[in-house]
Amino acid sequence: MFENLSDRLSGVFDRLTKQGALSDDDVKAALREVRVALLEADVSLPVARDFVAAVQEKATGQSVTRSVTPGQQVVKIVHDELVHILKGDTDPGVLKIDNPPAPILMVGLQGSGKTTTTAKLAKRLKDREGKRVLMASLDTNRPAAMEQLAILGAQIGVDTLPIVKGEDPVQIARRAKTQASLGGYDVYMLDTAGRLHIDEELIAQAAAVRDVANPRETLLVVDGLTGQDAVNVATEFDDKIGVTGVVLTRMDGDGRGGAALSMRAITGKPIRFVGLGEKMDAIETFEPERIAGRILGM
Amino acid sequence: VVRRTLDDDMLERIEELLITSDMGVETAARVAANMAEGRFGRKFSTEELKAVMAGEIARIMEPVAKPMPLYAKRPQVVLVVGVNGSGKTTTIGKLASQFRAAGKSVVIAAGDTFRAAAVEQLQIWGDRAGVPVMTAPEGSDPASLAFDAMARAEAEGADLLMIDTAGRLQNRQDLMEELAKIVRVIRKKDPEAPHNTILVLDATTGQNALSQVEIFRKIADVTGLVMTKLDGTAKGGVLVALADRFGLPIHAIGVGEQIDDLSPFDPEDFAKALTGAGA
Ligand SMILES: Nc1nc2c(ncn2[C@@H]2O[C@H](COP(=O)(O)OP(=O)(O)OP(=O)(O)O)[C@@H](O)[C@H]2O)c(=O)[nH]1
Ligand SMILES: Nc1nc2c(ncn2[C@@H]2O[C@H](COP(=O)(O)OP(=O)(O)OP(=O)(O)O)[C@@H](O)[C@H]2O)c(=O)[nH]1
Ligand SMILES: [K+]
Ligand SMILES: [Mg+2]
Ligand SMILES: [Mg+2]
Repeated sequence: MFENLSDRLSGVFDRLTKQGALSDDDVKAALREVRVALLEADVSLPVARDFVAAVQEKATGQSVTRSVTPGQQVVKIVHDELVHILKGDTDPGVLKIDNPPAPILMVGLQGSGKTTTTAKLAKRLKDREGKRVLMASLDTNRPAAMEQLAILGAQIGVDTLPIVKGEDPVQIARRAKTQASLGGYDVYMLDTAGRLHIDEELIAQAAAVRDVANPRETLLVVDGLTGQDAVNVATEFDDKIGVTGVVLTRMDGDGRGGAALSMRAITGKPIRFVGLGEKMDAIETFEPERIAGRILGM
Repeated sequence: VVRRTLDDDMLERIEELLITSDMGVETAARVAANMAEGRFGRKFSTEELKAVMAGEIARIMEPVAKPMPLYAKRPQVVLVVGVNGSGKTTTIGKLASQFRAAGKSVVIAAGDTFRAAAVEQLQIWGDRAGVPVMTAPEGSDPASLAFDAMARAEAEGADLLMIDTAGRLQNRQDLMEELAKIVRVIRKKDPEAPHNTILVLDATTGQNALSQVEIFRKIADVTGLVMTKLDGTAKGGVLVALADRFGLPIHAIGVGEQIDDLSPFDPEDFAKALTGAGA
């Protein structure tokens, strides 16, 4: 539906020769196209703006290698910078779940994929690392949310905390913690109700759960098709609850995935996994190169 | 009040504000250009500009603001489709409750036979709305459930049959074919059904909503849209791009998780919320 960046830039650079340094005007024209490409890929405006500024600095005055066109050169600079931001400066290492029972808290907007991702991750930890995992649903809001997690648990062979009606999320978190210790689990995962970042009451509730469980990881589960709102979501969840990592779901869709850049740039936290479908094994580790290419439509 | 000239700089800032609503670059540029017409070079206060902007947007949205049409047909079949997690099941619960309140008899079919506890979720919504829910076992064929549900709704003389479907991404051809089959089977019973096919969009979605509408429309003849989750900070600006490109009616908006949190789509309120006019 949208033109990719190479196509956009080739238009801009058609009239340019292949030699010499990129002039300020060339760079400016190219960066306008970069900005549009990012925005059409759903990168949040402030993030796109900062990104373009960073690329401008890198591109200005660079001499153009004879073997490539100016357009290709700019695409390369943009691509490398995308990868650089998506990767971050430090290696995040593995999930911090060494001290059993290690709590993982799952948070995010309504319908982003928390419950599904909780089960996918539990299965992955069980299958790949031989961990004993306990999952607990703290979702007292959504109809049949607890049943959903229980059914998934049965499907993948991972225990779920027995459902006790009438408890509030903090009480359930306490019970999960106790059960995880007594039951000798390596990891316990707390799936929470979807909440808007501006819903003060529900955000405070998530913070209360956090204070009970002291999660080693708090994963923000974000729909990979998210648009400009990514900036608000990332800022608020990180400020109010504190996230240690991000999971992007629905990356099996045909969205450009600009939310990845927004999330990474704003929270500075690693994107740990991407969800690639509804099935329980449709989860992979995050690959910056792949997402960079996708954002650029290439 | 400070008044500033509507110049290129100002237009660029207007465009950016529109882009942050998810309107998309192209539509934002067009709205900004419309604003500039006959006004370029004149001076405006911020409030005046916002009012102009809201006026332009409301003008685009007015023709698509239409509640879901009710027909004399019995049962009127309403098929609800969309990508995963957009709010289909919840919206069915809310709509069923509204139709009930309007004196209609409603039957719901739990056509999501795939997702864990999708049926249980819908049953709770059915209870809340006071409407019976027809179910089939997990993993069974949604098309045959839809067929059976039509027979039952007919036998019971129900006014409306609302059919929930599993979430599916529009680029998944196998799942889209499954949806096409549901429509085919429904039409075997009544060639005019489904009388409404509602695509439910999540307001936090960005430009991918364009592709969602394009493909769902092609596969399932979407007749109207509902946008959910407008109670958040997402402004749903992509609706303006959609109105521009497809002109599909927008029936309602979701503004929360409770049964009454479904409002008619009001172009002026929408435009004001999007631009911050009169805030
Ligand atoms: N295609 C696809 N669908 C997904 C993915 N992850 C989750 N889903 C689907 O998205 C929908 C919502 O997922 P849930 O796990 O229920 O989302 P949630 O965040 O727990 O929702 P709430 O608890 O209501 O806030 C379901 O239909 C899932 O099957 C993914 O990576 N790809
Ligand atoms: N804040 C808010 N949440 C909503 C709204 N509509 C639905 N939700 C929530 O979004 C989540 C997903 O809603 P569902 O109705 O299960 O969505 P769905 O499209 O049926 O999902 P799948 O069947 O898994 O594809 C639930 O937590 C709902 O409570 C809305 O208008 N506002
Ligand atoms: K939107
Ligand atoms: Mg959930
Ligand atoms: Mg559903």
